[in-house]
Amino acid sequence: MNCFLYNSSVGKKLVMSISGCALVLFIIFHMSMNIAAIFSAEAYNTICELLGANWYALVGTAGLAALVVVHFAYALLLTVNNYRARGKQRYAVTAKEPGVSWASKNMLVLGVIVVVGLLLHLSHFWAKMQLVEILGGHESLVGDQMIAATDGAALIQYTFSKWYNVVLYLVWFAALWFHLSHGVWSMFQTAGWANDTWYPRLKCVANIVATLIFLGFAAVVVVFFLKANCCCALC
Amino acid sequence: MNFTLKIWRQKDAKSKGAFETYKVKDISADTSFLEMLDILNNDLVHEGKEPVAFDHDCREGICGMCSLHIDGLAHGPGQAATTCQIYMRKFQDGATITIEPWRSAAFPVIKDLVVNRGAYDQILQAGGYVSVRTNSVPDANAIPIAKADADESMDAAACIGCGACAATCKNGSAMLFVAARVSSLAKLPQGRVEGARRAKAMVAKMDELGFGNCTNTGACQAECPKGISIAHIARLNREFLAAKIQD
Repeated sequence: MNCFLYNSSVGKKLVMSISGCALVLFIIFHMSMNIAAIFSAEAYNTICELLGANWYALVGTAGLAALVVVHFAYALLLTVNNYRARGKQRYAVTAKEPGVSWASKNMLVLGVIVVVGLLLHLSHFWAKMQLVEILGGHESLVGDQMIAATDGAALIQYTFSKWYNVVLYLVWFAALWFHLSHGVWSMFQTAGWANDTWYPRLKCVANIVATLIFLGFAAVVVVFFLKANCCCALC
Repeated sequence: MNFTLKIWRQKDAKSKGAFETYKVKDISADTSFLEMLDILNNDLVHEGKEPVAFDHDCREGICGMCSLHIDGLAHGPGQAATTCQIYMRKFQDGATITIEPWRSAAFPVIKDLVVNRGAYDQILQAGGYVSVRTNSVPDANAIPIAKADADESMDAAACIGCGACAATCKNGSAMLFVAARVSSLAKLPQGRVEGARRAKAMVAKMDELGFGNCTNTGACQAECPKGISIAHIARLNREFLAAKIQD
């Protein structure tokens, strides 16, 4: 294949940048959608119905899956290249360079945690919702109850009533925070849209985006855990 | 001041290297790091031992010959300084100092602390120049250049090609070096003409020589003895991508 997106270092990074940007936009949409569940189960389920096994939702799902595969496959390819470029003999002593973030040096590890979390999340929700509809069903057995494929609110309620799911999801969101705190500004740098004036601004925007995404997702998890386990005004 | 030195010794490119420990005594705090190594080598020669091979030339921070990974940092402790500009007062009396050569697949060790940085020359030969008549000095004011552009070009041109960027990068990427060369010429009208060809040729040569991919950690910028900004990497990305899209 003779394409710069495949055979040049800068082109491969551009693929990471564009696919990462698209995934960030989806994550922001997903987080906004989730917030609806806190205020109204009906509103959330209306969105779930819209995103069932409709043609546009299926095209979107296939597109998202392709983005994740491309982003992850290129990450592995780049990491192998970089490992080779570093050489077999490593430094005996290393020190932290000033101004270099931990996340920037551990993007693959963080990405693997995000993908593992994604698989867990798909098994909790997608497999009980869109997949059920694709297979022609309308409901599935969750725990000891049958939940409709469009009843996302009930699924959230069930999943986050378990403390261990809450812990796993919060760890997942934390890894995503670190990944985005570097990834969001880095995608502008890779596309060439950055300079010394804009670095502080882009890094600030990256931290704000990562934090809003973390808080938005975590709020749903925590609120539903408290609703299920606390005898308070939320119950 | 007294120091214990753990120095990488390697007979030649094909031999397996190892650390050897040496003691240096009564070193003045105002001795430069390379002078301290000279004193060590003097002692070794008097003892009939092989001196430690290390690169050096101008010893005033402009030639790019000195290297060394000292206690985990390219060019040792200190911001925006080459190894020859580091003085022993930067270290604690009695400290153990670990000295290693640059570690990067594209910079193979030749002997002890000396590495072959010819890969950078090859990248320059691929396009780091302007194909204009150079046999006479042009009038300085013949082509007006905005002060901001001239300053930015000069900041990039400060690169001495020492290799610290690739040596310190966890990906073994030479992007800061290539970016500095591309950027210094791209900001000037004389270099602008061949901007697209230069960016493509230099990136292709960099990839061919086995340097890694930039992941924007910024470690190169932190360790660059000339303080060259990764903003030049953003410009290289722009130059390269625009050139490829226009193809």
